[in-house]
Amino acid sequence: MTTAWYVLRRLALLLVSLITSSTFVFLLLRLLPGDLAQAKLGIYGTPEALAQLRAEYGLDQSLPEQYISWLSKAVRGDLGLSVLTGADITNELLSKATVTLPLIGIASVVALLIAVPLGMLTALRFRKWDGVTMSAVSQLGIAVPTFWIGVVLITTFAVQSQIFPAGGFPYDGWADLGGAIQSLVLPACTLALAQGAVLMRFARSATIDVIQQDYFRTARATGLSRAGALRVHGVRNALVPVVSVLGMQISTLIVGAIIVESVFALPGVGQMLLQDVNIRDYTKVQGTVAVTTALVFVVSFLIDLVLGLLNPKIRQR
Amino acid sequence: MTLLQVRNLTIRFGQKLVVDDVSFDLDAGQRLGIIGESGSGKTLTSLAIIGLLPDAAAVAGSVVFDGAEILNKSDGELSSLRGNRIGMVFQEPLTALNPLMRVGKQIAQPLRIHRGMRMKAALARAIELCARVGLPDPERLVRSYPHQLSGGQRQRIGLAISLACNPSLLIADEPTTALDVTVQQEVLKLINELVREEGSALMFVSHDLPVVSSMTERVAVMRSGTMVELATVGELFSGARHEYSQKLVQAARRSDDDFVRVSRGGRA
Amino acid sequence: MMRGNRTLTIGVSLVSFSVLLFLFSFIWTPYDPLEINPDLSLTGPSSSHWMGTDENGRDILSNIIVGSRVTLITGVLAVVICMLVGVSIGIATAMSPKWIESPAIFGIDIVLALPTVLFAIVLAAVYGPSTFTAVFAIGIALSASVAQVTRREVNVILLADYVVAARASGSRIPRIVRKHVLPNLRASLFVQASSASAIAILAESTLSYLGLGTPPPDPSWGRMMASLQQYLIADPIFPLWPGLAIVITVLGFNLLGDGLREALDPTLRRDVE
Repeated sequence: MTTAWYVLRRLALLLVSLITSSTFVFLLLRLLPGDLAQAKLGIYGTPEALAQLRAEYGLDQSLPEQYISWLSKAVRGDLGLSVLTGADITNELLSKATVTLPLIGIASVVALLIAVPLGMLTALRFRKWDGVTMSAVSQLGIAVPTFWIGVVLITTFAVQSQIFPAGGFPYDGWADLGGAIQSLVLPACTLALAQGAVLMRFARSATIDVIQQDYFRTARATGLSRAGALRVHGVRNALVPVVSVLGMQISTLIVGAIIVESVFALPGVGQMLLQDVNIRDYTKVQGTVAVTTALVFVVSFLIDLVLGLLNPKIRQR
Repeated sequence: MTLLQVRNLTIRFGQKLVVDDVSFDLDAGQRLGIIGESGSGKTLTSLAIIGLLPDAAAVAGSVVFDGAEILNKSDGELSSLRGNRIGMVFQEPLTALNPLMRVGKQIAQPLRIHRGMRMKAALARAIELCARVGLPDPERLVRSYPHQLSGGQRQRIGLAISLACNPSLLIADEPTTALDVTVQQEVLKLINELVREEGSALMFVSHDLPVVSSMTERVAVMRSGTMVELATVGELFSGARHEYSQKLVQAARRSDDDFVRVSRGGRA
Repeated sequence: MMRGNRTLTIGVSLVSFSVLLFLFSFIWTPYDPLEINPDLSLTGPSSSHWMGTDENGRDILSNIIVGSRVTLITGVLAVVICMLVGVSIGIATAMSPKWIESPAIFGIDIVLALPTVLFAIVLAAVYGPSTFTAVFAIGIALSASVAQVTRREVNVILLADYVVAARASGSRIPRIVRKHVLPNLRASLFVQASSASAIAILAESTLSYLGLGTPPPDPSWGRMMASLQQYLIADPIFPLWPGLAIVITVLGFNLLGDGLREALDPTLRRDVE
């Protein structure tokens, strides 16, 4: 019973967050200077044409009406058409997402694989010289901009050694599986390294936390070495804060994806967003940002939920 | 046969001297109480014996266990002693167990490490140990998580873990201080029985003189890092030499008389 | 207070280096950074051009020096905004009654969830890319973090005995803030400002790289990096210079923040993310 209550409460919070953020995004772009219809038609903007366009896109309705109609359609997966280009926003988003989502997914996994062991290692050896070195490296990792990492990787692996492509994505998309994967290796590594540096610090402090716990001392008293005690008791306990941080980092990951797509010229959501910004396609930007923000909230919610349910104290009841 | 011989044990944290020149012996099967207030260095002394002091501590002196010098030995060598020949029980049952792991698995750990047992066999043995420490329904209990058990039950689990490999020395650091008064007596009785059955030596660390005197034959009194007196319980109560020990005895006499065995100075 | 804190020393040196570049840019540069020399396009480092020239023949070193202006100005302005806004909101929220505090915390969390760069992209969509939009976006986005950290710290400060006594004896809120809260916050504010600077500069260079920051022709490290990236094949060293400049500056501020924290109060948390 209490588990159900826990889930419900979180769900309610999620809903409120979604509504608030979508309102925020909607208002931001609607309260703009300039008239969307006018911008589209330009010199062809006769009063009749303008009126017709407005009616077509529902721009003549009041603001709350526009919001409700937009939201109700968006919830059902229909983000409408771009006023500027007439393109179907949902379709565009989905096709670009086939590049961006795998990128983010692979990068997250690799980031965890790098950060957790290294972070634990740094914590174990924090008085020895290699621990200090690793700490310094992670400091450096945080100071380096993501795009710089990308450029360095391109220089090393694409330009100098020609192992991976310096950018772009196969024309056939995922139909060319080998090409697609090759194109994603360097970008995913870039993102993973950038994220990994941040996660590593958390993994380190989470591990230090575990080491200071009483149950760690008990484990040692039963004859486990430091590393052994970490292996048996530490990993799961330290993983919890790290994964929850990853959840919080989702938005950073998305921004990272935007950057990485720009560095490697990948046809993903990020690049699409940047282009739309350049041509001032407000409706498309609104749709994209709203979906992205919603995704951030949903993923955070899911990760929080899973971690919470894994905690036996909540599960039992 | 002298099981444990501690000589001139000195512990420093940087410039600060926290344990100063402590020495005592403990024979096989004997019991020694170490009594002092918080900050007296009693816990640090016990941690020093098994090599679990914080990294920042500098230790000097000699600790001879079963004929071999173990102070400043490598962590690997000490690990083979810990949980195997020397068991330790700690104060806080709430936090001494891993909250995310079932208690049976935690009891099984030392068996797997030191006896090379496989998980299934170790868990079976864990069930036996649970029964031995007086826990009801051991088969089901073994699958519980720490937060599902009471303080007293958790402390019994702690005892089971420390005694799993039949150590020749059990170090108990304030094992009952965090428990309810009613449960304290039971757990003390349990420790008493187990130690007697095993024939293990017992080092009982506490701030509570009545409790210590009911569990051990000899008592070492520590204050601000120094051992001010080492005597049998009888000697202590009939005529303690050091002023501080006298104060402790007076305070003990004022407390519940059931605990104090003045004339016998012996065990329960 | 200064006990040979190595992190602090390194941090201060690195930041001073950038500040020196900034000051230097007003005095003298080897060449006019905007001067185009088409026949000198993409030359590598040489005795006349220490860092080489870009695709338009402009001297890279001069552009780096002048580029520090955008970096530091954006950084400073953004941090000023985020500290003013964030600290005010943080203090106000912490000292408000529960029924104001809860929705305020919720609001801050929502803004926190929206990533800085995304917010800047949206603003750029509306108002066009410029230094101003970058500063504004970064400032507002960071103020949420500052507000959250400040709120937590103020809550701790409010628990102190002497503060409780002051409130009980009827001291009014502005007085309490002035006499008790702000002085205790001082150390934390310095640390937060340093960390915020690092993040702001990182964000600015990212936005410039994406073309959403300072438009040409004003030199900007991030934008330089983007334009020089295409010429990697000619010589990998080209994008190195702006990249190095960015890393040194950001690292400097990060270490400055860490060093300050160590020196002033090791119990502080650097939670500005």
